Amino acid sequence: MDSSLAELLIDSFPKILIPGLVYTLPLAFVSFAIALVIATAVALIQYARVPVLRQLARFYIWVVRGTPLLVQLYVVFFGLPDFGIVLDPLPTAVLVLSINTGAYSAETMRAALESVPVGQLEAGYCVGMSYLQVMRRIVLPQALRTAFPPLSNELIALVKDTSLAANIMVAEMFRATQEIVSREWVTMPLYLEVAAIYLLFSTVLTWLQRLGERKLAAQGMERG
Amino acid sequence: MTMTDMLKLSGVRKAFGGTEVLHGIDLTVRKGEVVAVLGPSGSGKTTLLRCANFLERADAGQLELDGVTLDLARAAHAQIAEVRRRTGFVFQGYNLFRNRTALGNVTEGLIVARHMPRAEAEKRAHACLMRVGMDDRCDAYPAALSGGQQQRVAIARAMATEPEIIYFDEPTSALDPELTGEVLASMRSLAEDGMTMLVVTHEMSFAKNVADRVVFMDGGVVVADAPAREFFEHPANERVRAFLRTADAA
Repeated sequence: MDSSLAELLIDSFPKILIPGLVYTLPLAFVSFAIALVIATAVALIQYARVPVLRQLARFYIWVVRGTPLLVQLYVVFFGLPDFGIVLDPLPTAVLVLSINTGAYSAETMRAALESVPVGQLEAGYCVGMSYLQVMRRIVLPQALRTAFPPLSNELIALVKDTSLAANIMVAEMFRATQEIVSREWVTMPLYLEVAAIYLLFSTVLTWLQRLGERKLAAQGMERG
Repeated sequence: MTMTDMLKLSGVRKAFGGTEVLHGIDLTVRKGEVVAVLGPSGSGKTTLLRCANFLERADAGQLELDGVTLDLARAAHAQIAEVRRRTGFVFQGYNLFRNRTALGNVTEGLIVARHMPRAEAEKRAHACLMRVGMDDRCDAYPAALSGGQQQRVAIARAMATEPEIIYFDEPTSALDPELTGEVLASMRSLAEDGMTMLVVTHEMSFAKNVADRVVFMDGGVVVADAPAREFFEHPANERVRAFLRTADAA
């Protein structure tokens, strides 16, 4: 590696990493937090078989899972202004990413809720608890534990998917990389560099996931 | 309903998908009485118990619990909650809360449904766990307990709410023979304390030695209803005799 290339990589490293820390990760975490709220609500609606809302939930999941994330970003960012709805890049990205991940996570949460034996609910009723009390204290906590590994995967996928927001001018780290590439006329090394930073983020999250799983297992409820 | 009746079920009917499994059941349990419900698999015993606690909605029938009368098919949410607060239920599959310790399983209903202060709930829970010989494992999660231990915790959970009657749905059917003894011993001690119990079971020895009365169900109807001793020594009809013969052979 010649010295000018090494210099470029070292020089560009903070210029990529900082947008990663300032935009990519917060974008992912905020969107994921909202997605979890959407997912839990949508999953509970289906679990409790709420009429009408349940059909709406299925429709939401059908549309979101059946269309590409990039198309969803374009529809909101470039399409909605035709109807007088103009959103800034960052709010658009948060909105679309949380709606998108919310749909996938809703299916994860629904499966996890359905994996909790119905006897848990019945036992709750029989000690005098209401539906909401049993759901909140017994069923949902168990479902969240089951859903923890797949939800972690969805968070990691979301971190990488934030790179699509580069297309709607969010100054996250892939867009930062593209800007350096267009200035310096160096492609492969810079793209590999940003790839390495994504890999670093994913690795740390995978590591945190394993830590979390071990902690849940230690609380004694992973089996039976 | 006489003064001493605790529970009276009358005309209980229930169908699943067009097939009626309970054809109008009448059953009475007096205060302090232990009633065993026997009968072959599919006779509707478990369904009857589940209807009595609204885990299944009966198509018709009445429930009288210590003087309060309810329509099993049409009772409102609040009435159902009230009935459940006054009764206990022990399941075939234990159904301990998997995210609670043994102690937490017993205190949950006291703290959440009855708003008992935690310290008081824990004191009572320890006493109940002591009764079933499980207080030394009070910090264990269900996954770390054997089936017999889980069922004993479930019995402690049911008695902690000081119910007027406890329903047992085949409490030993999921257990290895060597574990049924400890559960039956807990039930026997509860019975000796005067707890009113309605027990769906396959345990002939329990019916014979602990129950005051035996109700025999077959094909969704009550075929015999007699004091335990009489039930075994002078079977009321041929159907009961045939059942007792196969049970003896087993």
